Amino acid sequence: MTAITDRRSPGPAVVFAAAATVYGILFLGAEKERALAALIVGAALAVWLAARFGLAEAVRASIGANETAFQAAAVAGVLIAALWFHDEHFVLLMMTTSLLLMVAALGLTVQFGYAGIVNFAGSAFVGIGCYTAAVVTKSAVLPSVFTLPLGGIMAALVGSILILPVLRTRGHYAALVTIAFGILFKTFIEVNDALGGPQGMSVGPLRLAGWSFNDPIRLGSFEASFYLAYLVVALALLALMFVLVRRLERSWIGLAMDAIRLDEIASACYGLDIARWKIVAFTLGNFLAGTAGALYGHVLGFIAPNNFTFGDSLILVSIVLLGGVGNPWGVAVAAAFVVILPEKFQIIQEYRFVLYAVLVILILLFRPEGLLPRRLRAYLPNAGSLR
Amino acid sequence: MSAPLLRCAGLTCRFGGVVALDRVDFDVGEGEIVGLIGPNGSGKTTLFNVVTGIYRADAGTVAFGDMDIARASAQAICRAGITRTFQRSRMCLPLSVFDNIMIGNHKCLNHGFAFNLLRRSAFAAEFRDNYREARELLQVFSPRLAERIEEPVAGLPMIDRRRIEICRALISRPRMILLDEPSAGMTHEETRELMDDILLVRERMAGLTIVIIEHEMGVIERITDRCAVLNYGRKISEGTFAAIARDSAVQEAYLGVA
Repeated sequence: MTAITDRRSPGPAVVFAAAATVYGILFLGAEKERALAALIVGAALAVWLAARFGLAEAVRASIGANETAFQAAAVAGVLIAALWFHDEHFVLLMMTTSLLLMVAALGLTVQFGYAGIVNFAGSAFVGIGCYTAAVVTKSAVLPSVFTLPLGGIMAALVGSILILPVLRTRGHYAALVTIAFGILFKTFIEVNDALGGPQGMSVGPLRLAGWSFNDPIRLGSFEASFYLAYLVVALALLALMFVLVRRLERSWIGLAMDAIRLDEIASACYGLDIARWKIVAFTLGNFLAGTAGALYGHVLGFIAPNNFTFGDSLILVSIVLLGGVGNPWGVAVAAAFVVILPEKFQIIQEYRFVLYAVLVILILLFRPEGLLPRRLRAYLPNAGSLR
Repeated sequence: MSAPLLRCAGLTCRFGGVVALDRVDFDVGEGEIVGLIGPNGSGKTTLFNVVTGIYRADAGTVAFGDMDIARASAQAICRAGITRTFQRSRMCLPLSVFDNIMIGNHKCLNHGFAFNLLRRSAFAAEFRDNYREARELLQVFSPRLAERIEEPVAGLPMIDRRRIEICRALISRPRMILLDEPSAGMTHEETRELMDDILLVRERMAGLTIVIIEHEMGVIERITDRCAVLNYGRKISEGTFAAIARDSAVQEAYLGVA
């Protein structure tokens, strides 16, 4: 009896969230490479010990039983870290970038993790969002608050060009189709003078009720970098999309997507419309990447075709593979890892593609389900026992 | 007998030069249990695949009730009320037992976006109803398996996977179910158990029509009302088990010419 109540207590989850926040602040604030190395070794050791002595399992059970509370704690943790670094442009930019990459990788999770559609053009769909933001702010016909949904809609619409070839191909061939599309997108932008050509174009700031997000924040004696405002919006977007993707997984729609990924013939015999669910997953995933891209465009302020290369698409795919195919939390951890690590270690920066490649190969060899493997579907996670 | 529920006439299905089905006429009446037997490669599974819309017949007609299903998609045929199991069990192994059964209930579930993503309490109510129903159905087959409804299928033995597959085919209350060698890979004792369960479920679902492919003649003798025998894609005999067992053409097909 006590054991059961213990497993459901929020204690371990809250302690874990607090520890993760402190660790994040220490890591983001560390300057010397030796300190960073010590932090990484410390984290690896802590994870190993936690797994060894059953603490990891306790934390997992506690998070599973108190999911909403843990999600709130995670949001609070990011906000605390952001306030801690409120006047440091670079740290805030790094955090915002990882939050937005998480949103885009969530889109890939819906496509690849649930419906089984490989997409090696993730960065192209992010790019469509960015360019939508650029065009909207340049033309100034629409208020810039519309860029986020508009970026998503544009990405979904342009993605619909790919629906037919994606439906008619499988495996390697589907991958080739998306790779071709990614290259096509970049080339299209490069030769298109209206979109700035190879030089790129600038993106105006996000504006809300007359207030530009690019102005520094001043509240009394509190002054903060303008990136803080973008970070808050990115965090809100991520929270919204995270909840959406979670609910999608924990619904009959998520089940249908899993079924068509795992066995198309059996699914067809039970009435599942394979094409319909593939289209839904592909479009929704592109929408997520597009919204993330629109906000990313505002954050960057200037975009060029070289921001959306095949390599960037590969990074998105490796985030999904590293974190755990189909697990949104895994995606969150892996995106933070992939963005922040190379920025912190300048040596890695040069070799980051090599590093990612090695990491992905190691993961596929030794832990094919990713760092945080997806668990069985819990339709009603907060309902306790169903019997 | 009134008009048959399933009526196949002159069904022909070719793969290149191989004639898998050669002008087969095959009728099944409402509420009947019909056995489909024949040596390996005689076209039994092909017949199932044509009826369920996986293959398209090159010639011939298939009618289900008053519907022409010869050109219908697998999805439409499922909605019309025919479900099946597969010879080599096709489960989604990483998913839970419940998930696998619910795949069979696809046509009865609400797939609306607002319903699934926003109206979560309405979804929870539908979920609970389905959960209870799936559990009750599993309970008929095996109370022990019903306790494991939230476990992944990958960890379960073959007999349990067969049971789940049959539950998946039954959960949507079809009018007709096609069982493709449900005893494959099981012992005699397990097969007997499974057949008892199938008969038990049938009593509760009045009027359920069953077509079963089976190599265990004991099973066929015990549960079927009537049998059709295929050989090289042709129907060579039809009748009660006792009648076809006496048929010299059937003996020849199974044992070779004496």
